[in-house]
Amino acid sequence: MVDATQGQGRLRPSLPPFLKKTLKTLLTVAVTLLGLLFVTFMIGRVMPIDPVLAVIGERATQEQYNQTYRDLGLDQPLLAQFGIYVWDVVRGDFGQSIRTGQQVTTDIARVFPATLELATLGTFLGVTLGVPLGVVAAVRRGTWIDQVARLVGLVGYSMPIFWLGLVGLLIFYGILGWVSGPGRLGIFHQGIVEPITGMLLLDSALRGEWAVFRNAFSHIILPASLLGYYSLAYISRMTRSFMLEQLGSEYVITARVKGLSEWQVVWGHAFRNIRVQLLTVIALAYANLLEGSVLTEIIFAWPGLGQYITTSLLANDMNAVLGGTIVIGTIFVGINILSDLLYRIFDPRSK
Amino acid sequence: MSTTSPTQSLRAWLLTEEPASRRQARLAAWYKAWLTLRGNTLAMLGLGVLAVLILAAIFAPLLATHDPFAQDLGRRLLAPGADGHLLGTDSLGRDIYSRLLYGARISLYIVALVVMVAPVVGLIMGTVAGYAGGVLDVVLMRITDIFLAFPRLILALAFVAALGAGIENAVLAIALTAWPPYARIARAETLTIRNSEYIQAIKLQGAGPLRIVTRHVWPMCISSLVIRVTLDMAGIILTAAGLGFLGLGAQPPSPEWGAMISEGRQYILDSWWVATIPGLAIFAISLAFNLLGDGLRDMLDPKEDHS
Repeated sequence: MVDATQGQGRLRPSLPPFLKKTLKTLLTVAVTLLGLLFVTFMIGRVMPIDPVLAVIGERATQEQYNQTYRDLGLDQPLLAQFGIYVWDVVRGDFGQSIRTGQQVTTDIARVFPATLELATLGTFLGVTLGVPLGVVAAVRRGTWIDQVARLVGLVGYSMPIFWLGLVGLLIFYGILGWVSGPGRLGIFHQGIVEPITGMLLLDSALRGEWAVFRNAFSHIILPASLLGYYSLAYISRMTRSFMLEQLGSEYVITARVKGLSEWQVVWGHAFRNIRVQLLTVIALAYANLLEGSVLTEIIFAWPGLGQYITTSLLANDMNAVLGGTIVIGTIFVGINILSDLLYRIFDPRSK
Repeated sequence: MSTTSPTQSLRAWLLTEEPASRRQARLAAWYKAWLTLRGNTLAMLGLGVLAVLILAAIFAPLLATHDPFAQDLGRRLLAPGADGHLLGTDSLGRDIYSRLLYGARISLYIVALVVMVAPVVGLIMGTVAGYAGGVLDVVLMRITDIFLAFPRLILALAFVAALGAGIENAVLAIALTAWPPYARIARAETLTIRNSEYIQAIKLQGAGPLRIVTRHVWPMCISSLVIRVTLDMAGIILTAAGLGFLGLGAQPPSPEWGAMISEGRQYILDSWWVATIPGLAIFAISLAFNLLGDGLRDMLDPKEDHS
C-alpha cells in the first residue's frame, strides 16, 4: 500500500518548475491588481461627494435621483458593487469624466502619449549620462569624480522637482532664452502634423516636418532634462554600488593578473555582469518617471496624464482621477513584473 | 592618585570596557555612536541645519521681523533687502522671511506627524507578520505589496482627493503611502531574531507572544527603522511640499513652503525671489536629512560598506 502511493506520487505529472513559477507570478500580479482596484474603489466610496448628484446635478427631482441611484448600482451590496466595478475596469470602462464629458478611457488615450514621450526622453538622458557616471565613480572610487557623483545624487534626492522646473524656466527660458516656454508646441507649429503615435517628436520626424520637430524639441528638452536628472541621480548611485561589488570580486583580480587592459576589465568583464541588474534599475526609474512627471507637467503646462489627473482632482472629477491612478498603478506593477522576468531570463545565477 | 576633572571622568566612565550597570552600558553605546557620527563632517552639517530649523521653528515669533499674515498691497513684490524686508515680499506684500520662519513650524509638524504614524504602523504590521508567520504573514505581506506597488505621489493624490485638501489629510495620505517599507524591514528583522536562542530562553521563562514582540523584538528593529526614517524624511518633505504646491496640502494663507512656491509661480520671471527662496529652504532641509541619514546608516549599520 505504502509503496503504491509513493509510486503514484512519483509518477503523477507535475508542472515544470518554470511554468509553476510563472503561474505563481501571474497569481501575485492578479492579487496585487485586485488590491489596487479595491483601494481605488474604496476611495471612490468614502468620497464626501454624492456620486448621484455629481451626475444629475442639484436640481433633479427625487425620481430622477432614485433612477440614477439604481442605474449606478448603488442599491446593491458593497461586494456586488465592487464586482461590477472590477468588471467595468477590466473591459476598459472607467466611466465618464464629468469635466470633459468624454469617456475617461478616451481622455487617457489622448493625454498618455505626451507623458510617455516626456518620460522616455527623460529616462534616455538619465541612462546615457547616469550609467557612465556610476561606472567611473566606482572605478575611481574616493577621487573627486566619485565625490561629484555622490553630490549629484544627493542633490537629486533632495531637490523639489517642481521648484527646479521653475528655476530652470527662469534661467533657460526667461533669462537665457535657450529653450521654449511651457507647453508642447509653439502656436505657429500647432495642427501641422497629423498624429500617428501622439508623440510629437516621433510624429514630426516620421512626417518629415523638421521645423515642427525642432520646435517640439525646444519645448521638451528642459522638462525631459529635469526628469533625466532625477533618474540620473538614482541610476548612477545604483550603477556605482553594483560596479563596486563586481570590482571587488576575484574574477576581476584574475583578469587584472592576466594583464587585460583596464578598459577590458571594467567594460568587458565587470560591466557585462551588472547589465541585468542595471536593466531592472532602469525599468524602475522609468516607472518612477511616469509618476514623477505629475509635478513637472504642471510646471511646464504639459498636457499629459499627470496634468489630467491633477486638473480632474481639483474639479472633483473622481472617475478621471481614479482611472488615471489605475492606469499608472497598472503600468507600475507591469514594469515591476517585467523587470523581474527579465532578471530571471537573462541572469543564469537566479535559476 | 591623579586628580581628574569631572568631564574627563565622565568620559572615562562612558568609555569603560566593563560597564557596571545596564544604564552605563546603554549610555556608553550611545556615546560611542555619537563619537562616530561626530567624525562624519557631512552628517554633522546635516544635523546642524536641522538644529537651525528646529530653533527657527521654536523661536519664530521672536525672530520674525513682520507678521507673516499681514498684507500690505502697497509694498508687494519688494526685492530682498528692500525696506527692511530681508528676503523681500510676496504678491500680497507679506514678508517672505517671516513666512519662511513660520513655515518651518508647518514642515516640522508634518514630519513629526508622519513619523508618529508610518513607522509605527509598519513596525506593528511587520513584526506581527514575521512573528506569527503562516496565513497572517501571507495576508499582511500581500497588503504591504499592494501598497508598495502603488506609485506614492499618485496614491497620496487619490487619498487627498477622497479626504479633502488640508494639512492633516495630506499627512494621513503620506503616512498611508509611507508605511510599507517599514513593514518589510521590521518583518525581515523579526524573521532573523525569531528563532534565536535568547527568544527561546524568554519563551521557556513563560513569556507570551505579546511580551516577546513588544519587549524583545521591537527594540531590535529600532535602529534599522531609524535609519530608514531619516532617509525617508526628505521624501516626506518633498511629497508634502508637492501636495502643498498642487493646492492639496496646507491651504492659504498658511505659509507652507510648497504653497509659497505655488503662489510665487506666476511671478517667477519678474520677481524670482518669491518662489525661489522657499524652494531653497525645502532643498536645504531635505539635503540635511539625507546627509544625516547617510551618516546614521554608516554608523548604525556596520554590516555593509557604504563608503
